[in-house]
Amino acid sequence: MVSFELSDEQKMVQETVASFAADQIEPMMRESDETNSVPEDVIAKGWELGLLGGCIPEEYEGFGEEASALTGVIAMEELGWGDLSIALHLMAPSVMALSVLDQGTEEQKKQLLPHFCGEEYKAASCALVEPFYNFCASSLRTTAVRDGEEYVINGKKCLVPLAQESENMLVFAATSPGMGFSGVDAFIVPTATKGVAVGEREKNMGIKALATYPVVFQDCRVPAASRLGGDQGCDFLRLLSRSRLALAALAVGMSRHALEHSRDYATQRVAFGEPIGSRQAIAFMIAEMAIEVDATRLLTWEAAWRCDKNMDFYKEAALAKNYAADMAMMVCDRGVQIMGGHGYVRDNPVELWFRNARGFATFEGMAMV
Amino acid sequence: MIDFELSPRIKGTKNMIHMFAENALRPIARQYDENEHEKPTELLAMVQKVMGGGVAGAFGTESKEKKDKKEEGEPAKKKPRETNLAGAVTIEEIFWGDAGIALSFPGPGLGGAAVQASGTPEQKEKFLARFSGEKPVWGAMAITEPEAGSDTANIKTTAVLDGDEWVLNGEKIFVTSGKSALEDSEGFVVVWATVDRKAGRAGIKPFVVEHGTPGMEITKVEDKLGIRCSDTVSISFMDCRIPKENILGSPEVVDKTKTEGFKKVMATFDATRPLVAAMAIGVGTAALDFLKETLAEEGVELRYGINPCRMTALERDIMQMEADLKAARLLTWRAVWMLDNGLRNDLQASMAKAKAGLAVTRITQKAVELMGPLGYSRELLLEKWMRDSKINDIFEGTGQIQLLVTARRILGFSREQLK
Repeated sequence: MVSFELSDEQKMVQETVASFAADQIEPMMRESDETNSVPEDVIAKGWELGLLGGCIPEEYEGFGEEASALTGVIAMEELGWGDLSIALHLMAPSVMALSVLDQGTEEQKKQLLPHFCGEEYKAASCALVEPFYNFCASSLRTTAVRDGEEYVINGKKCLVPLAQESENMLVFAATSPGMGFSGVDAFIVPTATKGVAVGEREKNMGIKALATYPVVFQDCRVPAASRLGGDQGCDFLRLLSRSRLALAALAVGMSRHALEHSRDYATQRVAFGEPIGSRQAIAFMIAEMAIEVDATRLLTWEAAWRCDKNMDFYKEAALAKNYAADMAMMVCDRGVQIMGGHGYVRDNPVELWFRNARGFATFEGMAMV
Repeated sequence: MIDFELSPRIKGTKNMIHMFAENALRPIARQYDENEHEKPTELLAMVQKVMGGGVAGAFGTESKEKKDKKEEGEPAKKKPRETNLAGAVTIEEIFWGDAGIALSFPGPGLGGAAVQASGTPEQKEKFLARFSGEKPVWGAMAITEPEAGSDTANIKTTAVLDGDEWVLNGEKIFVTSGKSALEDSEGFVVVWATVDRKAGRAGIKPFVVEHGTPGMEITKVEDKLGIRCSDTVSISFMDCRIPKENILGSPEVVDKTKTEGFKKVMATFDATRPLVAAMAIGVGTAALDFLKETLAEEGVELRYGINPCRMTALERDIMQMEADLKAARLLTWRAVWMLDNGLRNDLQASMAKAKAGLAVTRITQKAVELMGPLGYSRELLLEKWMRDSKINDIFEGTGQIQLLVTARRILGFSREQLK
């Protein structure tokens, strides 16, 4: 029976994360961006919310019953409202943790999941995106070739979050090139492995506070057992789709913040004797922003709901994520436009959201629900 | 608990209506587009027999059983109803079949919705009972005038109380199903007229005018771009006398924004706007379904999930259409779900209509473009859907009016603060 009402638990998660985002994350947004660093104490406090540990069952030292993608996107939206860099930093380990939980072998789960259930934040990274203009997750140039009891990984990655800080990274590589999504596998690779070269920290247009790196794999040999899911491999498209849900929700949260900011400005800023929001040119922009933010949230919820119901959701997740990327750019562009010159200066947050927003077209696999 | 699965009851209805739309409406859709002003009389009689108040329920009134329950005080919170959701789902399927014929279905229409929203129990009994009879009957609504469309405050049709009667004078245009209601059946039209021009919107009241009332005359039946099966008429009122008790709501001219009566009138839009959105979505789905079927037949694969930078222009267009359509449907479901649950939904209703009206206008235009000569040909229905769908961004408040309503709510501005 159709319903748009959050469960009591979801409401609680939403409220908790929303107030954390408002009290702790948002006040640090500008400073983090300017200094290219996330506030460690905020990450530590954020970790205490137990968003990830709450998805991991007790047998792996977590305290969760089962991971719900829907609850996940609700939390992600609030984090995205707070700040995208901080949200992505805080949730970077989710890709490794949830991928292993969802598709790892029992041994992989036992070995890795307890890392994410401790009291202290532990970084973990994911290497998916590659530095080519036509990058597509369905045709990775990075390859992993079986050689006896090992896989040999070769290729270049970029936008690898926290590569320097992480003990392990989940590396996506084509094991059957030309086979599209089904030819891709994931490998749990310790960052210290020979043949892994983490480069200089990247300089990006947005998400400046999030440390991302280029990583080059050159004849990097890992044991066959480090392949996610063991000999069976993994359902890469499922993992990718769940990461798309997270990214779509982050885009919704950030865009909602831009909308709220624009709304407040339009009611307060007076020009020609009345608030600029009294003019349809501004008011209609804001109405369209509001409609599209809600539309994207519903597309994301529906895809996440399908995921939770074990229905096919890959198509829906892709549509939602692409829609979210376009929506975020539209909304944040208007956020700048509505403020005019004031939107262009770094005293105000809209230019930051504008820079962050374009990233959603490129981001893949940087967070997961 | 968030849930996007329709209840078994609604699913059953949806499947049934879809089959009906496919088998009974699609085959004659072109015929009643080419032959404007003709009606599929037998089909409409059959619709009345089979669906009785059922489809009527979808168009603004509720089944007898539900109605009775509702009138017992109507507590704000009670066990969830799905009447409006069922309506939206049903309408989407019928309009998937054909928008023009669907709009000419018998039933209380917007006039009936106004009676339902602001009529007294006696008025509801008197005016709405006729729709569940054997013969098709139509209800209509007359708001628009030659010089007053969305600007209802500018309505010039007057209603003057003379003894036990209201005397109406003025001219109404764009009355959907006006001819069906007044000439082809024993229906009525709800006419919006001012009892006090100086009072602006506060002076404008709805009046029920029965078929055959002297002084009322249909002066024109419009030729239209689309939805040609549905009649759209002009009605002239010349000293048209109706009983005093045919006014809906209070005759008092007060600040209506603070009265219950006005809220009820506005509630009509809260219920009908999502339904118009559902109409749009039905037509949009028809176009997209057809497009995708044709591409599948031609062996064109749509690669969902690949990076947009690698998509063909065709893939991008179709995925955009698909996402827009789905977004519009979800916004619509949210608006009707809120209504079913007794939540204020005026903002969400306008959002849904704004999104659906524009999205489907674009989707059908894009579909014609993508299908090239096949799209442009009257051999197929795509071009018809493009013409039909345009009305959804116009009637029940243009897309721009929806943006205005949405913006006022988001900004917290009154009608005066945001014109």
